[in-house]
Amino acid sequence: MNLTLNIWRQDGPNAQGRMVTYQLADVSEHMSFLEMLDVLNEQLVEKGEEPIAFDSDCREGICGMCGLMINGKAHGPEVTTTCQLHMRSFHDGDTITVEPWRATAFPVLRDLVVDRSAFDRIIQSGGFISVNTGAAPEAHSVPVPKPKADRAFESAKCIGCGACVAACPNASAMLFMGAKVTHLGELPQGQPERWARVVKMVSQHDHEGFGGCTNTGACADVCPKEIPLDVINQLNKDLRGSMSKRA
Amino acid sequence: MDPVATTTLLTGETTARRTTVFMKFLMATTGALFVFYVLMHMYGNLKIFAGPAAFDEYAEHLREILVPILPYSGFLWLFRALLVVSLVVHAYAAFTLWSRANGARPQRYAVKNAAKGAARTKMMRWGGVTLLAWLIFHLVQFTIAKVNFNGAFSADKLKLDGHPSTGLLVIASFQLWWVVLIYLIALVALGMHLFHGVWSGAQTLGWTNSATSRRLAHTTAHLVAGIVVLGFAIPPLAILFGIVKG
Ligand code: HEM
Ligand code: SF4
Ligand code: FES
Repeated sequence: MNLTLNIWRQDGPNAQGRMVTYQLADVSEHMSFLEMLDVLNEQLVEKGEEPIAFDSDCREGICGMCGLMINGKAHGPEVTTTCQLHMRSFHDGDTITVEPWRATAFPVLRDLVVDRSAFDRIIQSGGFISVNTGAAPEAHSVPVPKPKADRAFESAKCIGCGACVAACPNASAMLFMGAKVTHLGELPQGQPERWARVVKMVSQHDHEGFGGCTNTGACADVCPKEIPLDVINQLNKDLRGSMSKRA
Repeated sequence: MDPVATTTLLTGETTARRTTVFMKFLMATTGALFVFYVLMHMYGNLKIFAGPAAFDEYAEHLREILVPILPYSGFLWLFRALLVVSLVVHAYAAFTLWSRANGARPQRYAVKNAAKGAARTKMMRWGGVTLLAWLIFHLVQFTIAKVNFNGAFSADKLKLDGHPSTGLLVIASFQLWWVVLIYLIALVALGMHLFHGVWSGAQTLGWTNSATSRRLAHTTAHLVAGIVVLGFAIPPLAILFGIVKG
């Protein structure tokens, strides 16, 4: 198939960016979206131009590195990661607009690459449990009810890609945070730090410049790991709980 | 802000009361109070079908709630004070979160996000502003200045047993198509606000943890929005079409 691509180009963090249009011929429908960009980059390099910078690592939908705004939808038209999106989701003659995630807390470093270390700092502020390493306890000594284990697992699937922030009209990271708060809050090991965790994480989130949540569900609609909206409910509930339960 | 992330880890005490989530609690609790109030108000308006005398009598009874424990009109004034404080809190939180959200994404996408999220957020914010503007008009019209726009009703014709009657003023007002139109526009804004707001408030308060409770919150939101729009639209329309007369 033949495609017209509008791609955001920006030379550096402080540079003025712009949309640049490229024509790409003979794209196979079996290519992934990133392979399509690889082909375009090879052509750019042959012509002596700078290739388009974009993030990726595993290319199998598990690391969370990739993430592009494709025709106004985070990760494109399918509910999956950008690396798992295939060109069969597009048609010959399509015009595809590719932009980086847009959020104050995710500044553009170059072209389509954004800095998502704000997520790391949110995790660093409270998204962990404190345990002594070395002597692993016998797993069966801490029973976990099956529904709680299931919900914790479902929430733990978040890969930190940032699509929720990119899609949110307020550039809020509540789904990402809610996933971690729910994951750890459902498990016995997460209890000692539960009430402090939620306050620290939300405070760091606000400090990073993410917006507040308006419960629209735009985040859950694009999440490649299908994290459900109710993790935000859990986050709200835990924050409310923290006001009476925290010492 | 510098485009390269230079933010650091927060140090020192953090408190739940200084978060955006807490601000949403304030919006949700004040919103819940408004929902209760709006339903009571709607019930009162329907009294117009029993005639202006019954309408005025209902208004009189509101002034006698908890008398003689409280003085005459005491409860009404306490409730009004609570509503005004709540409104200030609700609007303050709304505008603060609105400006935060603008700051969180100064550079828009080239392809407009067609997702329902953007539309809903706009609907809450601009709908809220519409409600605020209408509320001022409404209070001036029926409570503060009691303005009559209908030339067909002289000051004398607005009196019942020698006293100015709010019931008659309501009837006089809604005989004018443009007054009805203003109210219908405000009702659309209110209906949409509740359509999302009641569900959103339940989620903000942490009441939607199960599939059943989520379904219940959505159903309640749609029901409340529908009942409020219908219940408030019926009296003005009945007056405009001459079903209720002075
Ligand atoms: C009159 C001026 C009003 C303004 C300016 C206003 C504005 C807003 C805005 C912008 C939001 C969304 C805030 C956000 O999440 O960022 C909101 C939420 C809400 N509003 Fe209002 N509103 C007004 C009146 C009302 C009234 C009269 C009611 C009820 C009858 C109401 C009930 C609610 C509810 C229940 C919510 C949901 C709170 C949540 O999301 O947790 N509001 N309001
Ligand atoms: S919640 Fe979903 S969309 Fe958000 S970072 Fe995690 S995996 Fe990505
Ligand atoms: S590159 Fe790892 S998830 Fe896409």
